[in-house]
Order: sequence, then structure tokens, then C-alpha cells
Amino acid sequence: QAVTVEVLDHLERLALVDFRDSEGVERLQKAIQFADQLHEVNTDGVEPMDSVLEDRCLYLRGDDVTEGNCTKELMKNAREKVEEYFVAPPGNIPLPKLEE
Amino acid sequence: QVSAALREGQITPTELCQRCLSLIKSTKFLNAYITVTEETALKQAEESEERFRRGQPLGVLDGIPVAVKDNFNTAGIETTCASNMLKGYISPYNATVVQKLLDQGAVLVGKTNLDEFAMGSGSTDGVFGPVRNPWSYSRQYKEKCAPKSHSEDKESKWVITGGSSGGSAAAVSSFTCFAAVGSDTGGSTRNPAAHCGVVGLKPTYGLISRHGLIPLVNSMDVPGILTRCVDDAAVVLGLLAGHDPKDSTTIQDKFKPFELPNLPDVSKLSIGIPKEYHAPGLASEILALWSKAADLFKKAGAKVIEVSLPHTRYSIVCYHVLCTAEVASNMARFDGLEYGHRSDTNQSTESMYAATRREGFNAVVRGRILSGNYFLLKQNYERYFVKAQQVRRLIAHDFSKVFGSGVDVLLTPTTLTDAAPYTEFIREDNRTRSAQDDILTQAANMAGLPAISVPAALSKRGLPVGLQFIGRSFQEKQLLTVAKWFEKQVEFPGIQLEEVKRHDHDVLQHQKSASFS
Repeated sequence: QAVTVEVLDHLERLALVDFRDSEGVERLQKAIQFADQLHEVNTDGVEPMDSVLEDRCLYLRGDDVTEGNCTKELMKNAREKVEEYFVAPPGNIPLPKLEE
Repeated sequence: QVSAALREGQITPTELCQRCLSLIKSTKFLNAYITVTEETALKQAEESEERFRRGQPLGVLDGIPVAVKDNFNTAGIETTCASNMLKGYISPYNATVVQKLLDQGAVLVGKTNLDEFAMGSGSTDGVFGPVRNPWSYSRQYKEKCAPKSHSEDKESKWVITGGSSGGSAAAVSSFTCFAAVGSDTGGSTRNPAAHCGVVGLKPTYGLISRHGLIPLVNSMDVPGILTRCVDDAAVVLGLLAGHDPKDSTTIQDKFKPFELPNLPDVSKLSIGIPKEYHAPGLASEILALWSKAADLFKKAGAKVIEVSLPHTRYSIVCYHVLCTAEVASNMARFDGLEYGHRSDTNQSTESMYAATRREGFNAVVRGRILSGNYFLLKQNYERYFVKAQQVRRLIAHDFSKVFGSGVDVLLTPTTLTDAAPYTEFIREDNRTRSAQDDILTQAANMAGLPAISVPAALSKRGLPVGLQFIGRSFQEKQLLTVAKWFEKQVEFPGIQLEEVKRHDHDVLQHQKSASFS
């Protein structure tokens, strides 16, 4: 099935990667086609597998603070900051719609 | 051997370090390293030398130059994942495997090149350029391939290293370090190991900590080990494995480091030959090598039987869906706010994110993120993602059925062909190539099983070909014993690097077959 413009628009918003050109759409189509081979396999009654370690118990450690206090190191890597805040441009402004 | 030499004082850690560093400089054309940490390496070597002088080396790895793939965090050293997104990113912490290596006194000589974010099977798609296979410059390849061409022809004939840990494999193969750490998600350690003629070990999922490894697919990634011989791999494994409280996917069982027997015995073992691994496109000489290996085991008294893993051919498709889905999630952290590249666009948060990610990621990564998001859409979730998870269980079940029926180790080829020339490789896009090249190595990641690629022989073109052994979960000792036996039988020739030989003749003489165990 072809990828509609609405789906593409929706995907762009979700993924936030620019792939508006026809090459991007073609890539996606090919990827979907490739993945469609999965439907040849009969998986009735098969439980989906999340992890190969599913037979084991997850390790939980005690609720003690063992590390932290590394604000200075972490702030070093950010480009725009004010005191101990990361600065972001104004939010809640949607991306322009895809015209095709 | 080198470790013993260090202990006996035949060579000092600083000398060793300097030789490796100068070798790195003279093999710069291989483009195996993104960052060469000259100063810190020399400092570490000096500290190591001090320990040897006092007679208190930290262990086998003290003073040994090692390299780490550039998707592991290293404190104070730039970590880029070969991507514009993280160019200039200086990690504030050490990945657990890096910390463990440093705690043992190893000397970190540099961070190696890879495909961008470890996506790819050729080490050709990083922003720092492709990695060249050191075997392209070996006498063995030149004799077989281009006996009468002039130098410009030779330039275009260099072959790829395989990926995505190509830099690590090239570094070990060209003697610039004694061991390297890579990562393995779909074959990324074993593929370049086979193409570069070194040993590539993928441990069981959950054995080695992933803390500090920039994740690709959380449920399949493992740090991989690249060394020149199986004994070295066992030593490094012993130092890196074990529970890590910072990685909740590491198992809690205590890991007992082991030493491999000097004269391994395979006569009581059962070796399985999965018939589906005779995939279309498998080179006939590799098929012949595979049967020859099976015969070797038969002659030694092992039981060699054909087995079936019926869902093998779907593992690539399954991987495609699961990988892109996890990538879509894992790459979401790169928004330019806290670290990494940030675009100058400032109109809105969303447009800044979008621009940052467009500028920071290459087409491969963006394509995967987009596909991943598609498979995770509500209308597609059941049909693709859950379906892939179900297929994953079927694949894992195939393996457990085979191992449950008495087979100890599986023997398969690692790659379909020997290393391709770069000009040929780039004719197809990344996804097609990955789908072709990962076909034999991917299933072990699906099921989380340990696997190792051992160099087996040289191909018609004079390039290395490896064979893969897949073992039972957490049975690395058995797997490595079989691999060591095979390695002894095969006597894989050492690489004869011509151009480098001219500059560092005695370095090579000293290190040609050097292992550190």
C-alpha cells in the first residue's frame, strides 16, 4: 500500500527528521515492502518476545543515592544555557504542513 | 607474549605505546581511528611503567595498547559515533567496559572509526570517511589481485573492512593495538573480524555491561571483542564480563573467568551445520571452506550433523523492523538541547529539533528513524512490530530446539563473500547491503547467543575469510575452546603489510604474531 501524504505528515511530526523529498518517500516504501515479508510467517499463538532475558528476574538495587551532583560536567556539553537551565526556543508551535 | 615481555622488562610500556602510536601515524591512510589519544596514552603508559618498576602490574592487560570503538563513552575524550550530531561531544563519563580496561592498566590509544551510529555493514557511512581494510595493502592481496597495475589503479582497488566496527578490526589487524572493543547488534563485530582476518567475539547478551555504549537496539546490542587470537579474546572477556549495577540488563550470576586448555579436545562434542546458512549468494570457495572445516571436526572424532533453523531467512526482516523501531526511540534523545549539535534555527522548539536532526544525522540514520516511526504507528503496531517480536521468538526457539537436541556448537560461515572493493560496495545503498551482509550473523543477536568469528583461510583474491561458531547462552568457555581448537588446526597466515614494513620494520618483526596472553 502506498504511503499517503497524511501519514507522511504525521510521521514527520513524530520523527522530527526531514525527509520530505521523493527519495525519502521511496526509501520508506522500499522499507515497508521489505518488512512485508514478515507476513509470510505463521505466528498464530506465538507470544511476542521482548527480551532474550525474559526468564530471569530483573535486578533491583536498594533505593540509595549512589551518584549524582555532576551538574557542572553535564552543563559543559550544552550549547545554550543560562545558569543551570537549558535554553530552548519557544514551544507549542507546530511545524508547517507538508504540501505536495 | 607481549604481557610476559613487559613483565620481564624486554620492552617497557612507554616504548610499546610509542611504537603503536607511530604505527598509527604511518597507517593513517587506513582511516581506522577517529581520535588518537596520544597524550593520555603516553601518560597511561608511564603510569604502567611505574607499576612494572615496582613489580606490581595490575594484571595481564597492564600496559597493553587497546582501542575502543567510537560509540563508547570515554571521559574527557571526544565521542562522536562518526556522526555530525556528536562532533565535539566530550563524554563526562567512562563506559563500564572502558573503565574496566583502564582499571586493569590498559593503555587507550584511540577511538576507532565506524559506520554512523553503528548502522551499516561496511564502515563506509561515517562522517569521517570509510575505513580501509589493511589487507588491501598486504602482499597477499596485491599478488592475487593486481600484479601489473600502476599506482592509481591500486588506489581504487582497496577493499572495505566490513562493519560496523571496521575501525576496531582494522586497528587490531594492522598491529596498532593488541585488542579492541567493538559493538555487535547484527554482526557488527564478527563481520569486520572476518574481513580483516582477526578474531571477533560476540558475547551472550547480558554478559558484558552496555552502560556507556550509545545504544542502537537495546535488546540486541552487546560490546564485542576483537583480538588477534582466541586466547586473547578469552582474557579480555574475563576482564569485561560480569554484573554491572549500572546496566540492569546484565545478569546477576557471578562470572568465573576461565583459561582455555592448551590442547583443546573436541572429540566429545556435537557440531551442528545449519542447512539454511547455505544462503543464496554464498561464494563457492566459502562453501568449500565450510565443508572442509566440518570434515576437520569429523576427523577429530566430533559428531557433525546437519540441523535446521527454519526461520533463518526471516531474521533479517525481523531485524529490519525491530531495529528501525528501537532506533526511532533511541535517536529521540538527540534534540540539540543537552548535548551534541544544535541548529541555529530558533523559531520554535519543533523546528529547531527538526533542523538539528536533519543536520546532524546522515541519510541512513534518518531513513531508519522514519521507517521505525512508521512501524510503530498505531495502525501498524500489531502488523509489524508485534509480528516481528513473534518471529523473534520463533527464531530463538529454533536455536533452543537445536541446542536442546544435543548439539553443542553450530558452525557456519560468517560472511557471504570476502571483502568487496569499496567502489563496488557503494553501488548499493546501506539498507540493501546490510540486508545482504548481515544474513549469517544476525540470528545470533536475535536469540542473544554468543558467537565468534575465527579467520579460516585466504580467498582466491588473497583476502581473509572467517568461519563462525555459535554457542549456547553463557557457554562462552565451550565456544572459545572449540574456536581455539579450530584456530590451531587452520594456522591462518599473518598479514604481510608491505608499505608499513618499510617504515617500521622492527615493530612488525616484534609484533607479527604477537598476542598478549
